[in-house]
Amino acid sequence: MINEQIARAETGAPKQAHDSSPGQPVRVNEDANHDLSIRVRDLNLWYGKNQALKNVNIDIFQKNVTALIGPSGCGKSTFLRCLNRMNDLIKNVRIEGLVEMDGRDVNEAKMDEIALRRRVGMVFQKPNPFPKSIYENIAYAPRMHDLVSRKSDQDELVEQALRDAGLWNEVKDKLAEPGTSLSGGQQQRLCIARAIAVKPDVILMDEPTSALDPISTATIEDLMDKLKQQFTIVTVTHNMQQAARVADYTAFFHLGELIEYNDTRMMFSNPHTKKAEDYITGRYG
Amino acid sequence: MPTNQIYLLFSGVLLALGLAAFFMARARASRLRENGMAMYAQPDQYAWFSVLTTAGPAVLVGALGAFVMLLIGAEIPTLYLLGASLVVATIGLLVGLMQVRPTFHARQAIEVVIRAVLATAAMVSIVTTLGILLSIVFEALRFFQMQSFWEFITGTTWAPGDSFLAAAGRADEGASAAQFGSVPLFAGTFIITLIAMLVAIPIGLLAAIYMAEFAPTRVRTLAKPVLEVLAGIPTVVYGFFAAITVAPVIVDVAGFFGLDASFNNALAPGIVMGIMIIPFISSLSDDVINAVPDSMRQGSLALGMTKAETITSVVLPAAIPGIISASLLAVSRALGETMIVVMAAGMRPNLTANPLEDMTTVTVRIVAALTGDQEFESAETLSAFALGLVLFVVTLTLNMVSVIMIRRFREKYRANDL
Amino acid sequence: MSQSFDEITAQLKRRHRKSARLKWVSMSALILAAAFLVVFISDMLIKGLPAFQQAQIQVEVTYSEQSQQMPPAAVNEDVRRLVSRGFLRTLPRAMKQNPELMGTTRMEWVLADSSVDQYLKGNHSGLKESQRTVVDKLAEQGRAELKFNTRFFTSGDSKMPELAGIAAAAMGTVMTMIVTMLVCFPIGVMTAIYLEEFATDNWLTQTIEININNLAAVPSILFGLLGLAIYINFFGVPRSTPIVGGLTLALMTLPVIIIATRTALRSVPDTIRQAAFGVGCSRWQVVRDHVLPVSLPGILTGSIIGLAQAMGETAPLIIIGMVAFIPDVSASFTDASTVMPAQIFTWAGEPDRAFVEKTAGGILVLLAVLISLNATAVWLRKKFERRW
Ligand SMILES: Nc1ncnc2c1ncn2[C@@H]1O[C@H](COP(=O)(O)OP(=O)(O)O)[C@@H](O)[C@H]1O
Ligand SMILES: [Mg+2]
Repeated sequence: MINEQIARAETGAPKQAHDSSPGQPVRVNEDANHDLSIRVRDLNLWYGKNQALKNVNIDIFQKNVTALIGPSGCGKSTFLRCLNRMNDLIKNVRIEGLVEMDGRDVNEAKMDEIALRRRVGMVFQKPNPFPKSIYENIAYAPRMHDLVSRKSDQDELVEQALRDAGLWNEVKDKLAEPGTSLSGGQQQRLCIARAIAVKPDVILMDEPTSALDPISTATIEDLMDKLKQQFTIVTVTHNMQQAARVADYTAFFHLGELIEYNDTRMMFSNPHTKKAEDYITGRYG
Repeated sequence: MPTNQIYLLFSGVLLALGLAAFFMARARASRLRENGMAMYAQPDQYAWFSVLTTAGPAVLVGALGAFVMLLIGAEIPTLYLLGASLVVATIGLLVGLMQVRPTFHARQAIEVVIRAVLATAAMVSIVTTLGILLSIVFEALRFFQMQSFWEFITGTTWAPGDSFLAAAGRADEGASAAQFGSVPLFAGTFIITLIAMLVAIPIGLLAAIYMAEFAPTRVRTLAKPVLEVLAGIPTVVYGFFAAITVAPVIVDVAGFFGLDASFNNALAPGIVMGIMIIPFISSLSDDVINAVPDSMRQGSLALGMTKAETITSVVLPAAIPGIISASLLAVSRALGETMIVVMAAGMRPNLTANPLEDMTTVTVRIVAALTGDQEFESAETLSAFALGLVLFVVTLTLNMVSVIMIRRFREKYRANDL
Repeated sequence: MSQSFDEITAQLKRRHRKSARLKWVSMSALILAAAFLVVFISDMLIKGLPAFQQAQIQVEVTYSEQSQQMPPAAVNEDVRRLVSRGFLRTLPRAMKQNPELMGTTRMEWVLADSSVDQYLKGNHSGLKESQRTVVDKLAEQGRAELKFNTRFFTSGDSKMPELAGIAAAAMGTVMTMIVTMLVCFPIGVMTAIYLEEFATDNWLTQTIEININNLAAVPSILFGLLGLAIYINFFGVPRSTPIVGGLTLALMTLPVIIIATRTALRSVPDTIRQAAFGVGCSRWQVVRDHVLPVSLPGILTGSIIGLAQAMGETAPLIIIGMVAFIPDVSASFTDASTVMPAQIFTWAGEPDRAFVEKTAGGILVLLAVLISLNATAVWLRKKFERRW
């Protein structure tokens, strides 16, 4: 809050249209879904002595696409990893603040990070299919989670996930082939299918298209648009057009701070902060 | 003159000539340069070139002469040979000095010679393999001229003891003729190798999993040297340990369960060989597991898998070609391992599957055949080479398969690194 | 629609237990491997440390004409079987060298027989009841003691355990290793330089490479067959000598050195080479002046490890006859000789129980040398480790 005010005062940005509590974006479309999915308050994160996130406040809404943008190294991936505790895998990480989902602090001692990750899935920058068949890539996790018991259920689930990921028609005749035999874009959709097969609430995507060609990118963007019917999507992108195309809300990070959180259309047409404006108009980043 | 003195004289004179060549050539080159001539190379390079022309041909002549004497048995008086090579050295010296001219590319000439010398050195390893192959094949063929190949491969009785009687043409006086059926030896080798693998692969692989996936850095830095020490213990020491410490324990334990175990039981060398191979498996598997890209683990963890599920369903399947490759190499090692079995396994060819009985192996019989007092020409001695040939072929095949598998593994993960 | 955290967490219990199990099982495997090492080392220490002590007893030695003729007469009947026969055998020579001894009788500390030694160490010994009483009495009077066994480090092999030492084998190892390193170090380093710095990638290079990898996996005993068939039978190199042993081990160690040197050369970044080429160095000059100096620690490390490996090798040496009985220390490349591991092998085969401690003692010495060599290699690597 304070940060935002200072930032605004400094940059002399126009006053916010609605007076909102911390973490709330500037809303334009009041009819949109504003059920809270994840609430983040005063989140600070250090890698050793190096602070990577500073006082981040943000509300993420269900069944929307929220895009995180900002120059590289500003903490987008770090923030994303806070949402499903993938930062636990990194040594010397210290986290302070609240990340709340379903009324529970995800960092509390009682929270099982495995349970959290079941509800908050993730898709990575580089497609990383398992060294298994296409079928097994998808069936593996639901089976482990006891989501399916019978073989026929499992087949059905695999097919549904592949259909949802828009991959079914391309792979239905070669389900037994290794996942790595697919093209890059197909591999990434396989990873998305794998993530939705466990029926999470939230899917995190960290630059999911940056390793792909433009056609595959477009396919995945369409996919995101479709998937937000069922899932809450938080995606990192360094491609502004992509954010403008797919996101309902956009958060702009800079040097570990959340500078502006805004309705995407507002953000790209009328950003409130000078930094966001500079970034969006390509003056740096 | 004794050989030692001849060598001494040869190297002494050659050294002197070489030094002379070096300094004379350098002086000459420096003088030319001081006179203001532009030269293609540095004085030192001319100097080294002269040393090469002096020593190179002379050593070649000497070596050639020695070789001819050894191989053909030609009687060249050593003094003549010495004289000849030293004359060649002197001529080389003069040639080298004459080449100290501004237009001569001494540096390139040196480069060519060095390249040739290095390439020759690289050929040594090929010659070694050929040497092993030829020496074994040649002697093995002589063995198969005496004994039937079919009998060797399929026979179940290994009783070479009477072959010297046969060689002396007195076979009928011995109780029976020598028999060279190698099946019991291969069976023994197989069982001991199997025991070793049953010990080494699970323990080695699990230890690698712990080190690569669970262990804190401190434990890792401590455990690595421990395993390295285990790997550095000579096999003769393991053999002693197996024979003196482990075998009696096994006999006692078996006795406790009412079983009868031989002091040369197959279990003791098998287990100890397994211990010996643990570090081999664990360090190779550790490398392979570490080579599995982290993105695989993250992908699995992000689906809500536990660490163990990630390891068993994602990391290990990815690492499996490398692990198999390591295991094949380990098998190859166990098959060829000699000292442990020589010291702790039996001498008696015994076709049995009971690991508490004594049994013998291929390597044991190779050693036995070559350390007795038999003549080299006897079938028993030559049988060692026939056994060696089989060992060579089997281990080579295992090694090749293993190399191919590990190459596949590497290619896969480089290719996947989009 | 989706499950709550609590529901999921409840389902996860079983899976977490399984996960913990893998951790414990794999940790136990590592502990087991370490435990083997501990058991092994303690076993060797228990068996081998007594070898560094040897019983001596104080007896009255009579230097007389009779003892000159028949040495056992020099000591009293009751201790005659308790002193080492090796000591008695040297008496006449000692008397010849020191004529003033003649006619004297002195109390002297002399080497005891191995059975006394074993008895004092609490092992099974061949002593009779009556002899034990004598030894017990001597011990009570402070006339029978275990003293540091210098002979173990200064003398060669012997059929009498109390006389046997490792010096001949140690010398044999030194001579053999000199031959090994003289042959395989230059050839190995040159091969590696050729493959890394000079060779173009053609079929010959690839053949050499495959070949080196295979050679590294050939069972060591086959190198013994090569040594026997080619060096000894074909070229007539004398059997059982450090020269044939060294040559055989050199071929075995070659791949180790080649592979280590190649790794060391490869870790030198190409920028260094390009910079050197840029100032007009020829290929050989680049290697000699720029690449080799920085990769030397790596090469030395690899060579030390190869040396340690060769030093512990036994099987091929048995084949070429280096298990000879060598009572005298000799520093010759062409005399029959034995090496440390072969000496251990020979002793391990001796039926006399007293040799068990000699064997283990020899093992301790060998292990100490090997571990120090490897530690040196590790230290070298650490000290000169360089990140580019
Ligand atoms: N594993 C890590 N260890 C230490 N520092 C890290 C790690 N990951 C990221 N950082 C640092 O944290 C900051 C934010 O990184 P990141 O979240 O990856 O940025 P972005 O995804 O926005 O490009 C950077 O300064 C980066 O150097
Ligand atoms: Mg990032």
